[in-house]
Parts: sequence; C-alpha cells; structure tokens
Amino acid sequence: MKKTLFLAAAAAATLLAAGCSSDEPAAASADSLTVSSAWAKAAESGMTGAFAELENTGDTDIHIVSAASPSSARTEIHEMAAGDGGAMVMREKADGLVIPAHSTHSLAPGNDHLMLMDLVEPVLPGTEVTFELTFEDGSTTEFTAQVRDFSGAQENYQPSAGAGANHGG
Amino acid sequence: MAELSRRRLLGGGAAVLGAAGIGAAGVGTGLGYAATREPEPTGGRTVAFHGVHQAGIDTDPQAFAAFVALDLRPGLDRRALVGIMKVWAEDGRRLAGGSPALGDTEPELALDPARLTVTVGFGPAVFDAAGLEAQRPEWLRPLPAFSIDRLEERWSGGDLLLQVCADDPVTVSHATRTLAKSVRSLATVRWIQRGFRNAVGTKPTGTTMRNLMGQVDGTVNPAAGSTDFDRQVWNPGAPAWLAGGTSLVLRRIRMELDTWDELDRPARELAVGRDLAAGAPLTGSREHDDPDFAATDVHGIPVIPPESHVARARPRNANEQFLRRGYNYDDPDGAGLLFAAYQADVDAQFVPVQQRLAEHDALNPWITPVGSAVFAVPPGFGPGGYPGDTLFEG
Repeated sequence: MKKTLFLAAAAAATLLAAGCSSDEPAAASADSLTVSSAWAKAAESGMTGAFAELENTGDTDIHIVSAASPSSARTEIHEMAAGDGGAMVMREKADGLVIPAHSTHSLAPGNDHLMLMDLVEPVLPGTEVTFELTFEDGSTTEFTAQVRDFSGAQENYQPSAGAGANHGG
Repeated sequence: MAELSRRRLLGGGAAVLGAAGIGAAGVGTGLGYAATREPEPTGGRTVAFHGVHQAGIDTDPQAFAAFVALDLRPGLDRRALVGIMKVWAEDGRRLAGGSPALGDTEPELALDPARLTVTVGFGPAVFDAAGLEAQRPEWLRPLPAFSIDRLEERWSGGDLLLQVCADDPVTVSHATRTLAKSVRSLATVRWIQRGFRNAVGTKPTGTTMRNLMGQVDGTVNPAAGSTDFDRQVWNPGAPAWLAGGTSLVLRRIRMELDTWDELDRPARELAVGRDLAAGAPLTGSREHDDPDFAATDVHGIPVIPPESHVARARPRNANEQFLRRGYNYDDPDGAGLLFAAYQADVDAQFVPVQQRLAEHDALNPWITPVGSAVFAVPPGFGPGGYPGDTLFEG
C-alpha cells in the first residue's frame, strides 16, 4: 500500500516537471554547465590530458559532443575502460559525455578526461590552455585550464601495443 | 553547516560529560579530567592568503615551518618564472583555504589548513633570468663572509624560496611537496630546512619561543601592525616594485649542545646576558624589562657583561633592528636554530649587527652558522595577481 502511494507521488512529480519544461524554452546546455578547477598536464609535445569539474546546474541532462583547443590540432574526449587484456586503458569516448541534471562530473586522471592529441607548441607550467566544449544543442562554452607538472595520467593509450606504451607525456 | 552542527553535537556531548564529572566529584572521587572539555580542533583555522603583504611574516608564528630553496633550470626566461609564480599563487590560495591544489594527488591532506601560509622569495638569479638586473635590490647577494661562518653549500643560496608554515606538520609536508612538484620541470629543490616551535596549545599564544639552548629567543621583536614593525620590516619602495615587500635572511645556526652542556647555569646566563628562567635581562626581573647596560655590581663590574650576546646584539642606531621569526631544528646533523630575519634593507639593518656578533659574542663558542641565504620577498597580491607581479609586469 505504502509502495503504491510512493510510486503514484513520484509519477505525479514527473508529470509536473515535464509540464513545466514544455511551457518554457529549454535553456541552452552552455548556460547550465559550470566548469571549475580546470588544469592540464604540462608537456613539450605530442599528447597531454586536461581535467576539470563539470557541474550541470540545470534540470536537463547535458550532452557534450566534442572538445577543441587552439593548443592542439585535435582534441578528444577520453574514457578509461578495460582493454582486451583486462588492464585499464584510455580510449576515445565516441558518444561524448553526458552529465545528468543537477550533478557534477569529474574529469580526472584515471577517469574521463580531455586529451590534446597533437600539441602545436609546448604547454608549460603556469600558462593557460583554452578549451571549447560543444553541446548536442549546438551551444558552446569556453574555459581555461592552468598547466602544471604532473607525473600521473600516463594511461596506456593503445591496448594492442601492450603494457609498455605510455603516451601520457 | 554540517561542520557546525557536528560541533554543536560534540559540544553537547562534552557538556553531558562535564555534568557527569561534577557528579563524580560530588561523590568524592575528585577526578578533575572528567570535567575537562576536549578542545575544538584547530585544523580549520585559516590565514588570509591575499593582501598588501604576503602572509607568513606578520602572521603570529605557526608551530611548524619548512624553508625550501629551489634552483631554476638553465635557460629559463621571464615567462617561465611567471608560470611558476602563477602555479604557486593558485595552489597557495587553494591550500591556505583548506582546498586541494589543482591536480592534488593527496587531496585529503589539504583539508586541514591549520593557519597555512605560503611565502615566496627571490634569490639573485631571478633577476638575471628575467632580464631585470636593474631591478635587483643592492643588498640581494650572499652576506659578507663572517669569521664565525662554517657555511655548507647544501644549506646555502637558492634562486627561489618557499616558506611554508602551519600549525600542523602534515599540512606543511603536503603543501611543500605539492608546490614543488607542480613546477618540477622549471625548478629543482636545492634544500629543505624544517623547523618547529611549541605545538599549539602547549603555551599561551604570544609566548616568546625558546631555542634548544633553553633561552627565550626573540624578545626584542616589533609587534605586528605597529609603526616599528612597518618601518623595520616593510620595504618602502626601494626599488619601487618591492614596496610592501621585505627581505629574508635565513641562517642555519648549529648549536654545539655537547659543549654547552659543560657550562653551568650562571655561566650560561652571563654568556647571554639574560636569566634563563624568565628571559629577563640580568639587570631586570621580567622578560620585557629594558636591559641596563650601565648597571655595575659592588665591585664596579657590569651586571650585563659587555661581551654578552644581548650587549653585543643591542642596536647601535635605530636602523639596526629587524623581525626575527626563527624555528628550532633537530635532525641527524645536529640541533640548532633556523634564524629567520626580515628587514626592509639587509645591508643597513642586518649586516652591521651580524658583523658585530661575529667579531665578538660570548655565545660564539657554542653557535656555528652552517647555512646562509638571502631572498627578496615581493609584496602581497590580490586574487588576480601573483608573487612578483609588480616586478615582472612593472
């Protein structure tokens, strides 16, 4: 009896929420995303990672479909996953990142992160790297990440290359 | 809020314990500790990071300190120096506020700032690397050689200084390592000197420290915020970028405690010119009594020997005063004092006093300077700034 009541109440709340959002124009994803504590790992050349706290302050999920930076010819969204041999490796997250409504997603070493794939110049400690995130609704947001020396974030990028291939910089 | 309510709960619990204690005393057990309330944790205390002056100089001395000298890697330019300063400004602010640094690999160790301060200083090489030789203060160079010195390279010199102080040694250790490793491709650690005073709560706040020879050490110090302090410590703007900054002379002074042990108490007091119990001058009874250097005993002999430490250290003019904010050290190399002196002008204020002490000081047989370094300490900065922004962007 109690369970039924609870479910009914939850369903009503969902309907109310849906009703609200359909009355107003949906906020652009860019307006609901707050980026903080952004930083990037120093590197002379090649690839390097960037990390941040991404907070979705809005009522709807945010879908980040791509990332770009003037510091790199190509920038990818990466995830950590178990490779063929069972070891954790990083690989491109083909579908981008989804940040549920009212939640914070950490881009962190050993977890999802942004990858500057092909640095156009060295990124040195204390300098700033600019990023642009593009959302599914076409809106974009920019942020800067302060660079520092960091020994971690050395994930094996190519699972097929075996345990020795550290590309983290 | 969660922290506050937890404290309230703890407070309530302590009150209940207190009541139980009174009851226990009432039945005649008299256990005093039952009524004693556990002190509030002090790890959450903070010192403002931004300001007109860098923190850690006019800050009431914390219990623990690490002085870290770093050397710039060859070929570094102004841009790289500014990069180091920006990393330290960002992470110093975070850590002083009890937040993890960016990319903090041990974020849990950052959560108790315990009055953490991070103070940055520049050695002579900074000005060469930045192409700003003309901006180097004249006094920013190794001190003149003193006859008593037995300096070792491993405790001397340095291109950059980080002074990290807090009331908890774990906080100092974490902050020191975090700040150094975040710029390791640009600067390498040359030496680290760690020091300590009494732990928080051992003595009332404001008690003058004792060194490991047992002496009250630092009685004649200007009070933070006083006009004396402002005049002695803060640089008035010579050169202009240094206005509101200061200088640090760090001397590692080894104490020859094994031979000091051979000296009986009256001889120790004559060497210093103060009594050991209160730190009072031999002509007075309280620590802050003014020494009377003219006073003589019935035989006409000065009560405070002219060669005693206080007599030799006494300023001969108003310039010869500065702030001392030292720390004890005690490690496998021996024990001693990390003598840290802050002054607007090293040559005018510090050098004459050190020269006089080197020439003669009754304490000299038991103290040996084994390390020496001089740094310019840039002024404070705001949220958008960094240590030395007035120099690098001036």
